[in-house]
Amino acid sequence: MSRAGLHDASREEAAPLRTPAEAQSYLNDGNSLRSWLLTTDHKRIAILYLTSITGFFAIAATAAAMMRLNLLTPQGALLTAEGYNRAFTMHGVIMVWFFLIPSIPNVFGNFLIPLMIGARDMAFPRLNLASWYIFMAGGLFTLAALIFGGVDTGWTFYTPLSSTYANGNVVLALTAVFIAGWSSILTGINFIVTIHKLRAPGMTWGRLPLFVWTHYATALILVLATPVLTVTLLLVAAERLFGLGIFNPALGGDPLLFQHLFWFYSHPAVYIMVLPAMGVVSELVPAAAHKKLFGYWFVAYSSLAIALVGFLVWGHHMFVSGQSMYASTVFSFLSLVVAVPSAIKVYNWTATLYKGSIALNAAFLFAMGFIGLFVMGGLTGLMLALLAIDVHVHDTYFVVAHFHYIMVGGAVTAYLGAMHFWWPKMFGRMYNEVWGRISAVLVFIGFNVTFFPQFLLGYMGMPRRYHEYPPEFQTLHVLSTGGAGLLGLGYALPLIYLLYSLRHGEPASANPWKATGLEWTVPSPPPTHNFEDTPIVVREPYDYPLSHDSSIA
Amino acid sequence: MLNLFGLSLPQASAHAQHVDMLIGAFSLLILLLAGPVIVLIFAFAIRYRRGKDVNRDHAPNRNVWLEVSWTIIPFLLILGFFVVSAKMFFFIHEPPADAMPISVVAKQWMWKFQHPQGQSEINTLHVPIGQPVKLTMTSQDVIHSLYVPALRLKQDVLPGRYTELWFTATRPGTYHLFCSQFCGLDHATMGGSVVAMVPGAYARWLSTQASAGSLATAGATLYRKLGCGACHAGDGTTRAPSLNGLYGSKVTLEGGRQIVADDQYLRDAILDPNAQVTAGYKPIMPTYRGLIGEEEAMQLAAYIRAMKTVPGEYP
Repeated sequence: MSRAGLHDASREEAAPLRTPAEAQSYLNDGNSLRSWLLTTDHKRIAILYLTSITGFFAIAATAAAMMRLNLLTPQGALLTAEGYNRAFTMHGVIMVWFFLIPSIPNVFGNFLIPLMIGARDMAFPRLNLASWYIFMAGGLFTLAALIFGGVDTGWTFYTPLSSTYANGNVVLALTAVFIAGWSSILTGINFIVTIHKLRAPGMTWGRLPLFVWTHYATALILVLATPVLTVTLLLVAAERLFGLGIFNPALGGDPLLFQHLFWFYSHPAVYIMVLPAMGVVSELVPAAAHKKLFGYWFVAYSSLAIALVGFLVWGHHMFVSGQSMYASTVFSFLSLVVAVPSAIKVYNWTATLYKGSIALNAAFLFAMGFIGLFVMGGLTGLMLALLAIDVHVHDTYFVVAHFHYIMVGGAVTAYLGAMHFWWPKMFGRMYNEVWGRISAVLVFIGFNVTFFPQFLLGYMGMPRRYHEYPPEFQTLHVLSTGGAGLLGLGYALPLIYLLYSLRHGEPASANPWKATGLEWTVPSPPPTHNFEDTPIVVREPYDYPLSHDSSIA
Repeated sequence: MLNLFGLSLPQASAHAQHVDMLIGAFSLLILLLAGPVIVLIFAFAIRYRRGKDVNRDHAPNRNVWLEVSWTIIPFLLILGFFVVSAKMFFFIHEPPADAMPISVVAKQWMWKFQHPQGQSEINTLHVPIGQPVKLTMTSQDVIHSLYVPALRLKQDVLPGRYTELWFTATRPGTYHLFCSQFCGLDHATMGGSVVAMVPGAYARWLSTQASAGSLATAGATLYRKLGCGACHAGDGTTRAPSLNGLYGSKVTLEGGRQIVADDQYLRDAILDPNAQVTAGYKPIMPTYRGLIGEEEAMQLAAYIRAMKTVPGEYP
């Protein structure tokens, strides 16, 4: 096992306050608050996103902790029914729109796409900054909705509950998500144009890192799906404020219309969260194995296939809604089809490890955790796609467990993997590798202890969004809450040792993992303009072994 | 009976057993598909860990046949499950003609059940075993969902629309009944139980319950009170179509569209009459929305269902 990067107290003392690379880096290009808030540097904007979504994550995680504590007893140990309903609504709204959707694309996508394709910045740097401001405006509306008492519709805003009956600050929350949607659209446009127009000479589509391919597919979804959500939320607000009859049958509307429109966005939104995570893992696996990725084109095109078919499966959220059973059957079939490209990726990652030279570092452990949890989430997703099973477990904890395996076990684990892999590049410092591995293992165990019992709870008939429950479900709920404690610890640890590394970590070399990719050819942290000279790409991606530390392959 | 972690979930119908078998078989398939991947990832990570002296010669990093086979084979296996589960799904959507009808009205946060002989109950549903039971359900406010885990069945209950759920309970017992679609403040307590009884016990239970007459009788009373007969009593040659034998027949609407006169049609024709005007008649019927609620609409529909030959008379 590699011993590199292990904690070494004597050398840590000698860690310099500022390395030469740091002195010339984007981090040091102006230290005033103004220089950060008015920056158009994609790397600085990535850091702005990183700090803001970490804050949102903390708020939404607090809501989750309150829910888990409440569920320790069948009567509800902590919150009133109203408090609980508001807690899970805030948890969902913030986690989905203010953490998961922007997480990997807006932090790592922003930071890495120009570096990976050999560009100086995004195609529209000012639009990129505007996108962050719009995102923050949406975030402030969410916080306002929270501070003025919260919302009690669930993150799904089902009508006519949201449009007519709910008492909370529904319009404020709708406005928040509406605004955040614009940020998504602008980011998506920026990614698409950047990837099309700013690739360095020789960076053909067949040489693009898979991280870029998946972000391209993600950007397509962002641009095509988000407007549907934006308009839908506007209609809900119009019905709520002006009594315009769109979704409420008492006003002549159709409540299922809302569900169709909502899931037309929100199912592809799952792929907005998962595709970038797959992109991260497609980088982490070859870099850890020091071996070319198996089946490059299969993995690349499977991202586009997921983006395409992902638009055709929204009705699988509506098998018990009253939707026609023939429509349900078609949606069931297509939902099984969309699993195929995901399975292709998993098999190709596994084949990549075969006869590799695998570094079992923290980043790779997170990637392994991703694969395990994603496979579990994906296969239980197939169960949910099977009509007769879904009729039983729909809207139970089985569904809650399934989508947390995908979104938290999948997307958040990959996000942490990306954090550990590119942290040295972003901040020029190595973190403590041992703590990194402990945290990866802790997250994996904590996650499973939290969410596996929820599969059982759901199968045994425990409905979701229940503030109190029949006593026989208590044992599994207590187990789940215990797991959440471990998971919380696993998430808190990186915050400590990563922040610690900023000052005390050893300086990182340009390419600490000996990985391929243009981002590893520039100093850590990179200078503001990324590349001294425009790079010229002459090799295939993932062309291991490296011929030279600073070579691109 | 399914037992996990001290939890037990009864199988109260044949369908429940089938669902358990399906999920059990699919769980095996999951192990078959995921097991090798997980084992191989661990095995490779250990065997080929960096620094270990091991043969790393390998074929080029692509193999189309390998890709095709690991794509197609699992998919075909899963398609088999798709066919079985779709058949079961169709089965639970096609109630037999002799199913005992029970009407269900949901509202924040209670369930009201009305038996054909007029007995009504709140949050508890008594049903006989061995007899197909069909619930015709609607909501007075938001979307709810009726969920009985022991039957492995649920169905959303919508405002402004009827949805159906049918089952044949096979085991006497008291089972959880939940609302599974979030419906506001007291969603978690909007539940009760399904009590499945042997037919004799069900009949005794029915006889102890107060009933103001059957649903159709209540509908007949309403029909008279609201004065529906003023227009509908004739043979259909005056102002309004005859209701005689209407239920289940095909109605031609203004514009030529044909529609089957089912419960949903009758409800809509009473509460929103001018949305579907019968061909040959003027859109002059006033809406009864606000005058009567969903329960009364169901009673009127039961009355119209019962009108076979003699107009205005309950047979």
